[in-house]
Amino acid sequence: MSDLLEMKNLKIGATVYPPDEAPHDIEIVKGVSFALEKGKVLGLIGESGAGKSTIGLASMGYGRGGVEITGGEVWINGRDVLKGGMKGLRALRGAEVTYVAQSAAAAFNPARKLMEQVTESTLQHGRCSRPEAEARAVELFAKLGLPNPETFGNRYPHQVSGGQLQRAMTAMALCPQPDLVVFDEPTTALDVTTQIDVLAAIKDAIRDTGVAALYITHDLAVVAQVSDHIMVLRHGEKVEYGTAEQIITAPREDYTRALVSVRQIDHPEKAPAEPVLTASNITARYAGTAFDVLKDVSVALSPGQTLAVVGESGSGKSTLARVITGLLPPSEGAIDFAGRTLSPALAGRSREDLRELQMIYQMADVAMNPRQTVGTIIGRPLEFYFGMTGKKKRDRVQELLDQIEMGEGFIDRYPAELSGGQKQRVCIARALAADPKLIICDEVTSALDPLVADGILKLLLDLQKKQNVAYLFITHDLATVRAIADSIAVMYQGKVVRYGPKSEVLAPPFDDYTDLLLSSVPEMKLGWLEDVLAHRKMESAGH
Amino acid sequence: MSPIVTLLAQRISLGLLLLFLVSILIFVGTIILPGDVAQSILGQSATPEALANLRRDLGLNDPPLTRYIDWATGVLHGDLGTALTSGQDIAESLGSRFRNTLFLAFWAAIIAVPLAVFLGLLAVRYRDRWPDKLISAVTLASISLPEFLIGYLLMFFLGVKLRLFPSTAIGYRADADVFTRLEAIALPVAVLTLVVLAHMMRMTRAAILNVMQSAYIETAELKGLTTFRVIWKHAFPNSIAPIVNVVMLNLAYLVVGVVVVEVVFVYPGMGQYLVDHVSKRDVPVVQACGLIFAAVYIGLNMLADVISILANPRLRHPK
Amino acid sequence: MRIPIAALIGLILTTCYFVVAIFAPLLAPYGMAEVVGGVWEPSSEQFLLGTDNIGRDLLSRMIYGGRTTIFIATAATILSFTTGAVLGFSAAVLGGWPDQLLSRFIDLLMSIPTLIFALVVLSVMPVTVPMLILVMGLLDSTRVFRLARAVAVDINVMDYVEAAKLRGEGYRWIIFREILPNALSPLVAEMGLRFIFMVLFVSTLSFLGLGVQPPQADWGGIVKENADGIVYGIGAALYPAVAIATLAISVNLVADWILNRTTSLKGGRG
Repeated sequence: MSDLLEMKNLKIGATVYPPDEAPHDIEIVKGVSFALEKGKVLGLIGESGAGKSTIGLASMGYGRGGVEITGGEVWINGRDVLKGGMKGLRALRGAEVTYVAQSAAAAFNPARKLMEQVTESTLQHGRCSRPEAEARAVELFAKLGLPNPETFGNRYPHQVSGGQLQRAMTAMALCPQPDLVVFDEPTTALDVTTQIDVLAAIKDAIRDTGVAALYITHDLAVVAQVSDHIMVLRHGEKVEYGTAEQIITAPREDYTRALVSVRQIDHPEKAPAEPVLTASNITARYAGTAFDVLKDVSVALSPGQTLAVVGESGSGKSTLARVITGLLPPSEGAIDFAGRTLSPALAGRSREDLRELQMIYQMADVAMNPRQTVGTIIGRPLEFYFGMTGKKKRDRVQELLDQIEMGEGFIDRYPAELSGGQKQRVCIARALAADPKLIICDEVTSALDPLVADGILKLLLDLQKKQNVAYLFITHDLATVRAIADSIAVMYQGKVVRYGPKSEVLAPPFDDYTDLLLSSVPEMKLGWLEDVLAHRKMESAGH
Repeated sequence: MSPIVTLLAQRISLGLLLLFLVSILIFVGTIILPGDVAQSILGQSATPEALANLRRDLGLNDPPLTRYIDWATGVLHGDLGTALTSGQDIAESLGSRFRNTLFLAFWAAIIAVPLAVFLGLLAVRYRDRWPDKLISAVTLASISLPEFLIGYLLMFFLGVKLRLFPSTAIGYRADADVFTRLEAIALPVAVLTLVVLAHMMRMTRAAILNVMQSAYIETAELKGLTTFRVIWKHAFPNSIAPIVNVVMLNLAYLVVGVVVVEVVFVYPGMGQYLVDHVSKRDVPVVQACGLIFAAVYIGLNMLADVISILANPRLRHPK
Repeated sequence: MRIPIAALIGLILTTCYFVVAIFAPLLAPYGMAEVVGGVWEPSSEQFLLGTDNIGRDLLSRMIYGGRTTIFIATAATILSFTTGAVLGFSAAVLGGWPDQLLSRFIDLLMSIPTLIFALVVLSVMPVTVPMLILVMGLLDSTRVFRLARAVAVDINVMDYVEAAKLRGEGYRWIIFREILPNALSPLVAEMGLRFIFMVLFVSTLSFLGLGVQPPQADWGGIVKENADGIVYGIGAALYPAVAIATLAISVNLVADWILNRTTSLKGGRG
């Protein structure tokens, strides 16, 4: 057999323990087959719950937290790993097949130095002597672009950054010179400008060592950069399998087509008007710290339009939302809203101020009280601001549910009975119930699967058209920004580095940071990564 | 100064501050509350003159602050005052009893700690299988009974019915040889061990399980390491702090258990001394014993914190 | 809703204990302090559990004793819970210096072992049933405070509470409508554990002679009264062991079930 890895009709199940119900078995992976040649990269892509990580771990004969392989075969180098017993698995894991986890920060043992951990499997499997293993680790550190590769291994995990840890984990996986590496969402937790470097480092390392890889991610644009083949999964079943090029340029299945064309919403920019919200010269810091999280930030937002505030973690974009809502009074600056100046602190604001300025959160899960029904959650603002009760309130709640395209039968349900997208819709309805002039949307689509997120964005745009409500849209995702913004503020380290109408902000000439940010967003085309890196190299040579 | 030294200094001074505040609390608790020491000693039928005389002799007419300062300076110099009922020097009577109590607690700890850690590991190793279930059933039973009843159960079955050990520690002499002394305290030690063991084991089990569920243990397993190496190199270094914490907290719990067990087995320790004098309403003795018990308790808790600070890699190797 | 068999047994036994406690005078064959036979008579048809150290019917003593013990434990639990939960919730929601002040004070109280503290206080206070309830309830409320505060702090940082604050809701709505319904299950489970602790605590105090005073019967007191018999091989002092253990285990089973239900609710979301 020439294939390195072959899965035949793989079935994986788990036992679930729902409340007030007898425990029962569910099937996570429902008979998936595929093969991977030596030195090739297969991308596994799908939404949460598609079973992609589970399949990746199954290639090492491992089931995470009560998950069990219930049927099928997993062949590696001509052996069925499921029949080798514990001893066979141990010989396989960390030697022939290695693993790179999503959160390297959690996957490294905090009590031991990086070098010990990176060389551990190499030494334990007796692949070479300690000095040889350490030399190889240093070489890998250098190849992966880690600073001071000679001494990097002497540090403890908490002493290096997240992006560096992710590279160190890749080094750990490559050190024993395995035949196959399983990359489980290795860049998902990273900022987009860090992601591109780690992605490039991983890609180089794969190419130079000639190792085969399973690359698992939910981001088709990312997987297109590193894979030879792509397998699209949904609900534990294979949807489509093909070369990366075929999947990206000529998808056969509707589901794949939808994934490829995600975020391609056509949204013409509106002309600026007299602003409904003006934040002027805002400077803010958290109590007990000596560091300004926001430095002299000024933005304005026209009625019925969307201002996207975009930036990476630590840029201060969410803090700006907290300042505008009054949760964090600024140390300097003023906020004008609907023709009046808002009190800096929440306690000083009138009920009318609060009503006209609503907020939607990233995690719809924790934004709704799990002990309240949808009817109570949406009905409370009606009761609180407009004094509605009884049938009138219930009718209005139903009307709002219709507006968010959920219709009948949801009013008496609890949040736990809704899907992720439905939960976010209910949160939107709760904000709408107050009949606001402005809604602050804090990363409202980041926790959702791409297609669900698309639905939410379209709904928000549709509601904006009908209700003339303005959105302050906070996000790290530039594709989302392109899809919905009228104007954009780019934030970096607490400052607004670029601000204006969408057409201007997204058109050259760029400042350095915006250029870096924009060029780092993976695009749905093959060879994008190489193009960007080549372009950057040229520019830095030109300087 | 390195952050770890600062943190340790902070923790230790906090312990001392706590001890100071506790001394105030104990003093205030016995002085301000409506009960009257003089009345308690002389009983309801005492004449007003006798009461007034006793109050004066005891210094009860001085302002509370003066009395606290007198008492506290005395304590700092090793003078715990005089017992009202016997007129004896408290520090003197306490000396030998404190040693006896330490002797008892020491042996209970020596047996309970390794046993608890071992059984905790066993419960984790055979999680949800019969050894784990048996251990948790026995644990549940033993924390569902007060210490004194466990004491009498052992006394009845092991001491009286089976005659394996002396039923009481009444014959305990501090000057006897070690084996005689150990035989005398066999049952009290068994009771204390049982009581402390249950809590310690449960908490050890939880602490290790918590570590075993970390992502880095999964990483280690996916490296194809042996179970032994996963536990020894990856779980153990991260379990030291929580386990030591558990042990210390439970040794503090021993402080309470010892009081009751001493009464049950008529053991001449500090606990029995305290309970005796609470019934006699001998306030200076109660204050002294209360302060010592609290100091031991605070000291052990402080030690637990200090050890977990020292074991934290983030603090040991700052950025 | 399916109740697991262990929880069901616990529920039934617990109910039995409370029924016996409430109807003690109707169920007990003899009076509580009535001397009806010889000293430490063995069990017979007339005296099912035999008689005690001065010739009172032990079964009647056990029934009346259960009534006293359960009554005191229940009252102290209620006191401990209301005080601890109200203060804990308030500290969590108010935050700032009221929270700091309360939390540090509770830390101070908890730095003395509960039994030692109780002994110190009882050395100067009259030992009566209301005093016992007060001392036990207040000392134990420190633990409830910690739990209630921790649970409420966890809930207080949830976005739905922030959403309520942004809406302009007052403390009353936030505490009673947003926090309390979500904190109830862990608190109810804890209530069971506190109740067990109270039963053990009051028994211990009575055993030390600092709890319920004779001739009133209670489980700890029965042990004390009959302890001298042990060395002669008379097991009268051990009956309360059975009573306390079964009650404690029953309540434990119920509390475990409630706690498991909550955790599975949390895990089962989405």
